[in-house]
Amino acid sequence: MSWLLDNFWLLLVAKVLFVATLIPLAGMVIGFAEMKLSAKMQNRVGPYFAGGRWGWAQLIADGVKFFQKEDIIPEEADAPVFKFAPVLVFIGTVALFVVIPFGPGMSVRNLDVGIFYALAVSSLATIGILVAGWSSANKYSLMGGLRAAGQLIAYELPLVLATVGVVVMAGTMSLEGIVESQADWFSELGWGYGFPFVIPQFIGFVIFMIAALAELSRIPFDMPIAESELVMGYLTEYSGFRFLFFFLAEFANMFTMAALAATLFLGGYWAPGLSAESLRFAGPLILGGKIFVLVFAMIWFRWTFPRFREDQLQSLAWKWLIPISLVNIVATGALKVAIS
Amino acid sequence: MNITDQDLVRHLSEVSVSVELETEDMTLNIGPQHPSTHGVLRLVAKVDGERAYDVKPVIGYMHRGYEKLAEVRNYPQITTLINRIDWVSGYANEVPFIVAAEKLMELEVPERAQYIRLILTEMARISSHLVFMASYPLELGAATPLFFALRERERVLDLLEGVTGGRFHPNFNRIGGVKPAAGSGSTMRKQIQDLPKGFLTETRQAMDEVARACDQIEDLVAGNEIVLARTKGIGTLPVEVAAAYGVSGPNLRASGVRFDLRKVEDYLPYDRFDFEVPVGKNGDCWDRWWVRLEEIRQSVAIVRQAIDGIPSGPLQAKVPKVIKVPAGETYVRAENPKGEMGYYIVSDGGQGPYRLKIRSASFSNISILPWILEGVMIPDIIAIMGSLDFVLGDVDR
Repeated sequence: MSWLLDNFWLLLVAKVLFVATLIPLAGMVIGFAEMKLSAKMQNRVGPYFAGGRWGWAQLIADGVKFFQKEDIIPEEADAPVFKFAPVLVFIGTVALFVVIPFGPGMSVRNLDVGIFYALAVSSLATIGILVAGWSSANKYSLMGGLRAAGQLIAYELPLVLATVGVVVMAGTMSLEGIVESQADWFSELGWGYGFPFVIPQFIGFVIFMIAALAELSRIPFDMPIAESELVMGYLTEYSGFRFLFFFLAEFANMFTMAALAATLFLGGYWAPGLSAESLRFAGPLILGGKIFVLVFAMIWFRWTFPRFREDQLQSLAWKWLIPISLVNIVATGALKVAIS
Repeated sequence: MNITDQDLVRHLSEVSVSVELETEDMTLNIGPQHPSTHGVLRLVAKVDGERAYDVKPVIGYMHRGYEKLAEVRNYPQITTLINRIDWVSGYANEVPFIVAAEKLMELEVPERAQYIRLILTEMARISSHLVFMASYPLELGAATPLFFALRERERVLDLLEGVTGGRFHPNFNRIGGVKPAAGSGSTMRKQIQDLPKGFLTETRQAMDEVARACDQIEDLVAGNEIVLARTKGIGTLPVEVAAAYGVSGPNLRASGVRFDLRKVEDYLPYDRFDFEVPVGKNGDCWDRWWVRLEEIRQSVAIVRQAIDGIPSGPLQAKVPKVIKVPAGETYVRAENPKGEMGYYIVSDGGQGPYRLKIRSASFSNISILPWILEGVMIPDIIAIMGSLDFVLGDVDR
């Protein structure tokens, strides 16, 4: 393996292939999980026939179907922007993937400002949505895009503020550093063990998850789509493989957001009692398990809650989440000073 | 005059338009093809950001001319048409029309037939309200309650189908009674002149299930903070306005008026049963939802009592082979799931009515839309429209 890891170009190809296969794969697995879980929650069977067993090939069949469909671009639409929007939505997801550590030293790039970078690129998807809504030349799309923009502004702030507590506790912005500090937070005291940050940062975790749901525009924050109000929101004019892009991006975004939350709050690839060597192999599995717990919660919310109204969403962000996360930061700082 | 918040918002927006920047209101067509207009209703709304002003409903996309058509059809044929007015509760449409014709003919309908009519009407009400219980959370964005409500409705519709042969369009009433030999068809040698075997026990079981489902739905939906935030205080309809626009049925009762035609009129023997008329306090979307849920429970109680007290006897009074209604005119109104439904029959002694005027509930109920949707936000348009629970076939006829 070392000849592969030593050669820069081969390693680059391997990394690109890894990201390029994992993202659609994760999107499809989560999409399938959503189909099956929603069916369970609603006394349905869900996909059943495709692939022979449990309908596991349903999403592949859907994907093939979308590629066969006509690619319709409305006459009035701003064609280049209209075509670029799905790509823009996907770029954010892929870029976020780069910094997530799957094991000790197992991230595509371990940036020193990992969180900063992750939060910056995670908002790219929303810009893609705004662009899609604006360029569609459709009133429903426009309203969906504008709602997404309002949501972005309101929820980017609590998302960032919720992570500040973690950064204060870990003392680093590198995602690998954060995982390591969760593994051994009391090293200064010489206790020799750690705990995931969800315990001291529970408020931050809840705020992060709420803001992440809003960022992903999933129920109860799916106003940009809002089938019953805006037909399909910014997606109204999209068809064929461009729609497929949005569709996959939604699930891939869920995956990366859950991965980020798992890394920040649930200890990432780390699990208590495992040595660094064994984490090289078990790490990806542990992280995957944590991701799917969070993804399950997201799916669960989606099929349980109705959606908020636009103004209720804004007041939730500005009146509750932001003040609470500010208090949380101050309390975390005080705790850190008191302990060290 | 009191200055409300809405006035203030509008005033402020006007100020900012004249001072800061030039904005233009967008005209938004909601419908006729839209997921939550329950068919082909079209709303033309002027939209300023998320707020809508000057909402105009445009109806008539579904006009089928039933009133005119009724003039060239005879009475048994007309029941087929009026099944399709409010297709969510098709059976309940038939009863007032048939009762009106019988009133003109001065026919005495057998007790058992009246009880069957009553049981089926209440089952139609349950199924109609369950559709509301299913679709309303969907309009607020929650998909799951749909399946819980429709599951129970399926049970009720199966029973209706067992008696009448049709799930949506039973066409079961005949002048002088109800159609005997349901579900038998030509294959049976001897026609059974009664309800299908086991219908009453199965209905009793189904009513237990519906009552359980009501508790479940209340638990799922009413316990949800977001539902409360989306419905409480939204689309408040004061009594005076409701009365002025001719709003009827659960929508009127949600505003606090204890008025139910089942207690007032005698088209079916409702006076023999013990049931309550639930009323709301504020007349908002939440009350309209709650009143309908309670009405399901009351209907369950009525059906149980009717099953206990159903007399035996014939299902059909003696009527001539060719039905001719004596000249005269009459109006019979009934409490339908959607509100007050009435038929005004003018007869000249022929086989069909000379003129038939249909007073349908949804038509009057949606006349409130321009008033109630003035200055609300777009999500609330959907929430309010859904809470009024109209059917476009009932609007356009």
